Amino acid sequence: MADVNRGKRPLSPFMIGPYYRPQLTSISSILTRITGNALIAAALLIVWWLLAAATSAEYFAVADAVVRSWIGKLVFAGSIWAVWYHYLAGLRHLWFDSGRGLDIPTAERLGWGVILGSVGLALITITIL
Amino acid sequence: MVQFTLPKNSKVRVGKTWPRPEGRNVRKFQVYRWDPDTGENPRVDTYFIDMDKCGPMVLDALIKIKNEIDPTLTFRRSCREGICGSCAMNIDGINTLACIYGLDEITGDVKIYPLPHMPVIKDLIPDLTHFYAQHASIMPWLETKTNRPAKEWRQSIEDRRKLDGLYECVMCASCSTACPSYWWNGDRYLGPAALLHAYRWIIDSRDEATGERLDQLEDPFKLYRCHTIMNCTKTCPKGLNPAKAIAEIKRLMVERVV
Repeated sequence: MADVNRGKRPLSPFMIGPYYRPQLTSISSILTRITGNALIAAALLIVWWLLAAATSAEYFAVADAVVRSWIGKLVFAGSIWAVWYHYLAGLRHLWFDSGRGLDIPTAERLGWGVILGSVGLALITITIL
Repeated sequence: MVQFTLPKNSKVRVGKTWPRPEGRNVRKFQVYRWDPDTGENPRVDTYFIDMDKCGPMVLDALIKIKNEIDPTLTFRRSCREGICGSCAMNIDGINTLACIYGLDEITGDVKIYPLPHMPVIKDLIPDLTHFYAQHASIMPWLETKTNRPAKEWRQSIEDRRKLDGLYECVMCASCSTACPSYWWNGDRYLGPAALLHAYRWIIDSRDEATGERLDQLEDPFKLYRCHTIMNCTKTCPKGLNPAKAIAEIKRLMVERVV
Protein backbone atom coordinates (compact mmCIF):
# COMPACT_ATOMS: atom_id res chain seq x y z
CA MET A 1 0.00 0.00 0.00
CA ALA A 2 1.31 3.43 -0.91
CA ASP A 3 2.16 5.16 2.31
CA VAL A 4 3.50 8.66 2.35
CA ASN A 5 5.14 10.55 5.17
CA ARG A 6 4.98 7.86 7.86
CA GLY A 7 7.81 9.48 9.80
CA LYS A 8 6.41 12.98 9.97
CA ARG A 9 2.88 12.16 11.05
CA PRO A 10 1.45 14.59 13.58
CA LEU A 11 0.24 13.44 16.97
CA SER A 12 -3.50 13.97 17.37
CA PRO A 13 -4.50 16.40 20.15
CA PHE A 14 -5.20 14.81 23.52
CA MET A 15 -4.86 17.37 26.32
CA ILE A 16 -7.50 17.28 29.04
CA GLY A 17 -9.34 20.59 28.85
CA PRO A 18 -9.04 21.98 25.34
CA TYR A 19 -9.35 18.62 23.55
CA TYR A 20 -10.55 15.97 25.98
CA ARG A 21 -13.45 17.10 28.12
CA PRO A 22 -12.48 16.78 31.81
CA GLN A 23 -14.20 13.72 33.28
CA LEU A 24 -14.90 13.21 36.96
CA THR A 25 -13.07 9.91 36.54
CA SER A 26 -9.84 11.43 35.21
CA ILE A 27 -9.89 14.55 37.38
CA SER A 28 -10.39 12.65 40.65
CA SER A 29 -7.53 10.36 39.61
CA ILE A 30 -5.06 13.10 38.65
CA LEU A 31 -5.88 15.01 41.86
CA THR A 32 -4.63 12.01 43.83
CA ARG A 33 -1.21 12.44 42.23
CA ILE A 34 -1.22 16.22 42.46
CA THR A 35 -2.09 16.20 46.18
CA GLY A 36 0.48 13.48 46.84
CA ASN A 37 3.23 15.47 45.17
CA ALA A 38 2.17 18.85 46.56
CA LEU A 39 2.40 17.49 50.10
CA ILE A 40 6.20 17.46 49.62
CA ALA A 41 6.09 21.26 50.09
CA ALA A 42 4.49 20.95 53.52
CA ALA A 43 6.81 18.08 54.48
CA LEU A 44 9.91 20.11 53.58
CA LEU A 45 8.56 23.13 55.45
CA ILE A 46 8.02 21.06 58.61
CA VAL A 47 11.47 19.46 58.39
CA TRP A 48 13.07 22.88 57.89
CA TRP A 49 11.10 24.25 60.86
CA LEU A 50 12.31 21.37 63.09
CA LEU A 51 15.90 21.69 61.83
CA ALA A 52 15.80 25.40 62.62
CA ALA A 53 14.52 24.64 66.11
CA ALA A 54 17.46 22.27 66.61
CA THR A 55 19.97 24.82 65.32
CA SER A 56 19.49 28.05 67.27
CA ALA A 57 16.86 30.32 68.76
CA GLU A 58 17.57 33.05 66.19
CA TYR A 59 17.29 30.66 63.25
CA PHE A 60 14.09 29.19 64.69
CA ALA A 61 12.60 32.67 64.94
CA VAL A 62 13.19 33.13 61.19
CA ALA A 63 11.70 29.74 60.26
CA ASP A 64 8.81 30.17 62.67
CA ALA A 65 8.00 33.55 61.15
CA VAL A 66 7.83 31.98 57.69
CA VAL A 67 5.70 29.05 58.88
CA ARG A 68 3.32 31.40 60.70
CA SER A 69 3.13 33.94 57.87
CA TRP A 70 0.02 33.97 55.70
CA ILE A 71 1.90 32.04 53.00
CA GLY A 72 2.87 29.37 55.52
CA LYS A 73 -0.70 29.18 56.77
CA LEU A 74 -1.99 28.90 53.23
CA VAL A 75 0.43 26.05 52.50
CA PHE A 76 -0.60 24.19 55.64
CA ALA A 77 -4.33 24.79 55.14
CA GLY A 78 -3.97 23.48 51.57
CA SER A 79 -1.96 20.54 52.88
CA ILE A 80 -4.66 19.60 55.36
CA TRP A 81 -7.10 19.35 52.44
CA ALA A 82 -4.49 17.48 50.37
CA VAL A 83 -3.90 14.92 53.14
CA TRP A 84 -7.63 14.30 53.43
CA TYR A 85 -8.11 14.09 49.68
CA HIS A 86 -5.17 11.72 49.24
CA TYR A 87 -6.37 9.55 52.12
CA LEU A 88 -9.97 9.27 50.90
CA ALA A 89 -8.90 8.74 47.27
CA GLY A 90 -6.59 5.98 48.50
CA LEU A 91 -9.52 4.29 50.23
CA ARG A 92 -11.55 4.62 47.03
CA HIS A 93 -8.79 2.94 45.04
CA LEU A 94 -8.48 0.20 47.64
CA TRP A 95 -12.18 -0.45 47.14
CA PHE A 96 -11.68 -0.48 43.35
CA ASP A 97 -8.76 -2.90 43.70
CA SER A 98 -11.05 -5.37 45.45
CA GLY A 99 -13.07 -5.41 42.22
CA ARG A 100 -15.98 -3.43 43.63
CA GLY A 101 -17.55 -0.09 42.71
CA LEU A 102 -16.32 -0.32 39.13
CA ASP A 103 -19.41 0.93 37.36
CA ILE A 104 -19.65 4.56 36.31
CA PRO A 105 -22.55 5.65 38.59
CA THR A 106 -20.88 4.16 41.70
CA ALA A 107 -17.39 5.36 40.73
CA GLU A 108 -18.69 8.89 40.17
CA ARG A 109 -20.63 8.88 43.46
CA LEU A 110 -17.45 7.78 45.23
CA GLY A 111 -15.54 10.48 43.31
CA TRP A 112 -17.87 13.21 44.54
CA GLY A 113 -17.71 11.65 47.99
CA VAL A 114 -13.93 12.00 47.99
CA ILE A 115 -14.02 15.61 46.74
CA LEU A 116 -16.79 16.87 49.04
CA GLY A 117 -15.63 14.67 51.92
CA SER A 118 -12.07 16.00 51.73
CA VAL A 119 -13.28 19.62 51.72
CA GLY A 120 -15.64 18.96 54.66
CA LEU A 121 -13.03 17.11 56.70
CA ALA A 122 -10.41 19.77 55.93
CA LEU A 123 -12.76 22.53 57.17
CA ILE A 124 -13.49 20.54 60.35
CA THR A 125 -9.77 19.92 60.90
CA ILE A 126 -8.90 23.60 60.39
CA THR A 127 -11.70 24.66 62.75
CA ILE A 128 -10.48 22.29 65.47
CA LEU A 129 -6.85 23.40 65.03
CA MET B 1 6.33 9.61 29.44
CA VAL B 2 3.96 12.17 30.86
CA GLN B 3 3.42 14.80 28.23
CA PHE B 4 1.21 17.87 28.29
CA THR B 5 1.80 19.57 24.96
CA LEU B 6 1.87 18.57 21.32
CA PRO B 7 5.12 18.30 19.37
CA LYS B 8 5.94 21.22 17.09
CA ASN B 9 4.72 19.55 13.88
CA SER B 10 1.38 18.64 15.54
CA LYS B 11 0.28 22.05 16.85
CA VAL B 12 -3.16 22.80 15.49
CA ARG B 13 -3.68 26.01 13.48
CA VAL B 14 -6.76 27.86 12.35
CA GLY B 15 -7.80 26.60 8.92
CA LYS B 16 -10.21 27.55 6.22
CA THR B 17 -13.74 28.79 6.87
CA TRP B 18 -16.15 27.46 4.28
CA PRO B 19 -19.15 29.53 3.07
CA ARG B 20 -22.25 29.67 5.23
CA PRO B 21 -25.45 28.50 3.55
CA GLU B 22 -28.79 30.27 3.74
CA GLY B 23 -31.28 28.87 6.23
CA ARG B 24 -32.51 29.43 9.76
CA ASN B 25 -31.11 26.26 11.29
CA VAL B 26 -27.41 26.52 10.40
CA ARG B 27 -24.86 24.83 12.64
CA LYS B 28 -21.09 25.34 12.87
CA PHE B 29 -18.71 22.37 12.61
CA GLN B 30 -15.03 22.53 13.48
CA VAL B 31 -13.12 19.65 12.00
CA TYR B 32 -9.46 18.65 12.38
CA ARG B 33 -7.62 18.43 9.07
CA TRP B 34 -4.16 17.22 8.17
CA ASP B 35 -2.92 16.65 4.67
CA PRO B 36 0.18 14.41 4.44
CA ASP B 37 1.04 15.79 1.01
CA THR B 38 1.62 19.42 2.00
CA GLY B 39 3.85 18.93 5.02
CA GLU B 40 2.01 21.74 6.81
CA ASN B 41 0.78 21.60 10.39
CA PRO B 42 -2.72 20.28 11.14
CA ARG B 43 -5.51 22.85 11.05
CA VAL B 44 -9.15 23.13 12.07
CA ASP B 45 -11.54 23.94 9.23
CA THR B 46 -14.93 25.50 9.86
CA TYR B 47 -17.98 24.27 7.99
CA PHE B 48 -21.62 25.34 8.17
CA ILE B 49 -24.50 22.95 7.63
CA ASP B 50 -28.19 23.64 7.26
CA MET B 51 -29.52 21.21 9.83
CA ASP B 52 -32.95 21.10 8.18
CA LYS B 53 -31.25 19.23 5.32
CA CYS B 54 -29.00 16.92 7.38
CA GLY B 55 -29.46 13.55 9.10
CA PRO B 56 -29.47 13.27 12.92
CA MET B 57 -26.05 11.71 13.55
CA VAL B 58 -22.54 13.18 13.55
CA LEU B 59 -21.65 10.80 10.71
CA ASP B 60 -24.53 12.19 8.64
CA ALA B 61 -23.00 15.63 8.96
CA LEU B 62 -19.51 14.39 8.00
CA ILE B 63 -20.91 12.62 4.93
CA LYS B 64 -22.83 15.76 4.00
CA ILE B 65 -19.66 17.83 4.23
CA LYS B 66 -17.77 15.33 2.06
CA ASN B 67 -20.57 15.06 -0.53
CA GLU B 68 -21.63 18.67 -0.78
CA ILE B 69 -18.95 20.99 0.58
CA ASP B 70 -15.44 19.57 0.66
CA PRO B 71 -14.72 16.19 -1.00
CA THR B 72 -11.16 16.15 0.39
CA LEU B 73 -12.38 15.55 3.97
CA THR B 74 -11.18 12.06 4.92
CA PHE B 75 -12.60 9.72 7.56
CA ARG B 76 -13.32 6.03 8.09
CA ARG B 77 -16.85 4.76 8.14
CA SER B 78 -18.69 1.63 7.11
CA CYS B 79 -21.73 0.15 8.84
CA ARG B 80 -23.40 3.37 10.14
CA GLU B 81 -24.95 1.42 13.04
CA GLY B 82 -22.20 1.06 15.66
CA ILE B 83 -21.11 -2.47 14.85
CA CYS B 84 -17.96 -2.03 12.73
CA GLY B 85 -16.15 0.49 14.94
CA SER B 86 -14.63 2.34 11.98
CA CYS B 87 -15.89 5.86 12.65
CA ALA B 88 -14.50 6.22 16.19
CA MET B 89 -13.31 9.78 16.73
CA ASN B 90 -13.14 12.53 19.31
CA ILE B 91 -16.47 14.35 19.19
CA ASP B 92 -17.33 17.22 21.50
CA GLY B 93 -14.39 16.27 23.73
CA ILE B 94 -15.11 12.59 24.19
CA ASN B 95 -14.36 9.49 22.13
CA THR B 96 -17.31 7.83 20.49
CA LEU B 97 -18.67 6.45 17.23
CA ALA B 98 -19.82 9.19 14.84
CA CYS B 99 -22.59 6.98 13.48
CA ILE B 100 -24.41 6.45 16.79
CA TYR B 101 -23.71 9.82 18.42
CA GLY B 102 -26.61 12.21 17.88
CA LEU B 103 -26.01 15.82 16.94
CA ASP B 104 -28.71 16.73 19.47
CA GLU B 105 -26.45 15.39 22.25
CA ILE B 106 -24.01 18.24 21.58
CA THR B 107 -24.55 21.82 22.74
CA GLY B 108 -23.00 24.60 20.70
CA ASP B 109 -20.49 24.10 17.87
CA VAL B 110 -19.63 20.55 16.90
CA LYS B 111 -15.91 19.86 17.35
CA ILE B 112 -14.52 16.77 15.66
CA TYR B 113 -10.95 15.51 16.08
CA PRO B 114 -9.24 12.18 15.43
CA LEU B 115 -8.86 9.75 18.37
CA PRO B 116 -6.47 11.38 20.87
CA HIS B 117 -2.70 10.90 21.07
CA MET B 118 -2.35 8.79 17.93
CA PRO B 119 -0.26 9.33 14.80
CA VAL B 120 -2.52 10.83 12.14
CA ILE B 121 -2.58 9.32 8.64
CA LYS B 122 -4.92 11.94 7.23
CA ASP B 123 -7.63 14.20 8.68
CA LEU B 124 -9.75 12.07 11.05
CA ILE B 125 -7.89 8.81 10.40
CA PRO B 126 -5.46 7.70 13.10
CA ASP B 127 -2.80 5.05 12.58
CA LEU B 128 -4.01 2.03 14.57
CA THR B 129 -1.14 -0.32 13.64
CA HIS B 130 0.27 -0.43 17.17
CA PHE B 131 -3.22 -0.77 18.69
CA TYR B 132 -3.95 -3.81 16.51
CA ALA B 133 -0.53 -5.32 17.25
CA GLN B 134 -1.29 -5.09 20.96
CA HIS B 135 -4.58 -6.87 20.39
CA ALA B 136 -2.77 -9.63 18.47
CA SER B 137 -0.25 -9.95 21.32
CA ILE B 138 -2.88 -11.17 23.80
CA MET B 139 -3.62 -14.21 21.59
CA PRO B 140 -7.25 -13.38 20.72
CA TRP B 141 -8.23 -16.94 19.92
CA LEU B 142 -9.13 -20.17 21.70
CA GLU B 143 -5.93 -21.92 22.88
CA THR B 144 -6.44 -25.63 23.56
CA LYS B 145 -4.18 -28.56 24.44
CA THR B 146 -6.56 -31.48 24.77
CA ASN B 147 -7.65 -33.43 21.71
CA ARG B 148 -10.09 -31.75 19.44
CA PRO B 149 -13.66 -32.89 20.23
CA ALA B 150 -15.65 -34.71 17.56
CA LYS B 151 -17.96 -31.76 16.96
CA GLU B 152 -17.40 -28.39 18.62
CA TRP B 153 -15.92 -27.08 21.89
CA ARG B 154 -18.95 -27.10 24.18
CA GLN B 155 -19.72 -24.61 26.91
CA SER B 156 -22.47 -24.44 29.53
CA ILE B 157 -25.00 -21.63 29.41
CA GLU B 158 -23.56 -20.21 32.66
CA ASP B 159 -20.02 -20.23 31.27
CA ARG B 160 -21.16 -18.62 28.06
CA ARG B 161 -22.85 -15.91 30.09
CA LYS B 162 -19.45 -14.88 31.49
CA LEU B 163 -18.52 -13.59 28.04
CA ASP B 164 -21.43 -11.15 27.94
CA GLY B 165 -20.22 -7.58 28.15
CA LEU B 166 -16.88 -8.65 26.67
CA TYR B 167 -17.52 -10.23 23.28
CA GLU B 168 -19.49 -7.15 22.13
CA CYS B 169 -16.32 -5.06 21.84
CA VAL B 170 -15.88 -3.79 18.27
CA MET B 171 -12.25 -2.68 18.68
CA CYS B 172 -12.99 0.94 17.85
CA ALA B 173 -10.13 2.14 20.12
CA SER B 174 -12.29 4.80 21.82
CA CYS B 175 -11.43 3.48 25.29
CA SER B 176 -7.68 3.10 24.85
CA THR B 177 -7.31 6.57 23.34
CA ALA B 178 -9.38 8.07 26.19
CA CYS B 179 -6.95 6.71 28.78
CA PRO B 180 -4.29 9.15 30.05
CA SER B 181 -2.14 6.17 31.01
CA TYR B 182 -2.35 4.89 27.43
CA TRP B 183 -1.46 8.34 26.07
CA TRP B 184 1.69 8.42 28.14
CA ASN B 185 2.74 4.76 28.20
CA GLY B 186 0.89 3.37 25.19
CA ASP B 187 4.11 1.93 23.79
CA ARG B 188 4.27 -0.65 26.60
CA TYR B 189 0.89 -0.48 28.38
CA LEU B 190 -1.61 -2.64 26.48
CA GLY B 191 -4.55 -0.31 27.12
CA PRO B 192 -8.17 -1.07 28.05
CA ALA B 193 -9.28 -2.57 24.70
CA ALA B 194 -6.52 -5.19 24.47
CA LEU B 195 -6.89 -6.01 28.18
CA LEU B 196 -10.66 -6.43 27.90
CA HIS B 197 -10.01 -8.92 25.11
CA ALA B 198 -7.30 -10.61 27.19
CA TYR B 199 -9.86 -11.10 29.98
CA ARG B 200 -12.44 -12.36 27.50
CA TRP B 201 -10.12 -15.32 26.68
CA ILE B 202 -8.88 -15.78 30.25
CA ILE B 203 -12.38 -16.46 31.58
CA ASP B 204 -13.51 -18.51 28.59
CA SER B 205 -14.24 -21.97 30.09
CA ARG B 206 -13.01 -23.68 26.91
CA ASP B 207 -9.60 -21.99 26.88
CA GLU B 208 -6.70 -24.06 28.22
CA ALA B 209 -3.95 -21.45 28.32
CA THR B 210 -5.17 -19.36 31.26
CA GLY B 211 -1.84 -19.67 33.10
CA GLU B 212 0.21 -18.64 30.07
CA ARG B 213 -2.12 -15.74 29.42
CA LEU B 214 -1.70 -14.48 32.99
CA ASP B 215 2.09 -15.03 32.80
CA GLN B 216 2.22 -12.87 29.72
CA LEU B 217 0.38 -10.01 31.46
CA GLU B 218 2.46 -10.22 34.67
CA ASP B 219 4.39 -7.08 33.80
CA PRO B 220 4.68 -3.63 35.38
CA PHE B 221 3.64 -1.98 32.12
CA LYS B 222 1.39 -4.31 30.08
CA LEU B 223 -1.26 -4.61 32.81
CA TYR B 224 -0.29 -2.53 35.81
CA ARG B 225 -0.16 0.87 34.12
CA CYS B 226 -3.94 0.77 34.63
CA HIS B 227 -4.56 3.13 37.56
CA THR B 228 -8.33 2.68 37.53
CA ILE B 229 -8.91 6.13 36.06
CA MET B 230 -12.02 4.73 34.33
CA ASN B 231 -12.09 7.11 31.36
CA CYS B 232 -12.35 3.90 29.29
CA THR B 233 -15.66 2.77 30.77
CA LYS B 234 -16.95 6.33 30.79
CA THR B 235 -16.42 6.73 27.04
CA CYS B 236 -17.15 3.23 25.62
CA PRO B 237 -19.77 3.76 22.88
CA LYS B 238 -20.97 0.18 23.37
CA GLY B 239 -21.50 0.62 27.10
CA LEU B 240 -18.90 -2.02 28.06
CA ASN B 241 -16.70 -1.90 31.15
CA PRO B 242 -12.99 -2.40 30.38
CA ALA B 243 -12.01 -1.05 33.82
CA LYS B 244 -13.91 -3.88 35.48
CA ALA B 245 -12.31 -6.47 33.16
CA ILE B 246 -8.83 -5.16 34.02
CA ALA B 247 -9.65 -5.25 37.75
CA GLU B 248 -10.73 -8.88 37.35
CA ILE B 249 -7.39 -9.74 35.69
CA LYS B 250 -5.55 -8.07 38.58
CA ARG B 251 -7.68 -10.07 41.03
CA LEU B 252 -6.83 -13.34 39.25
CA MET B 253 -3.13 -12.39 39.42
CA VAL B 254 -3.41 -12.11 43.20
CA GLU B 255 -5.58 -15.19 43.57
CA ARG B 256 -3.15 -17.53 41.87
CA VAL B 257 -0.33 -16.44 44.18
CA VAL B 258 -2.22 -16.38 47.47
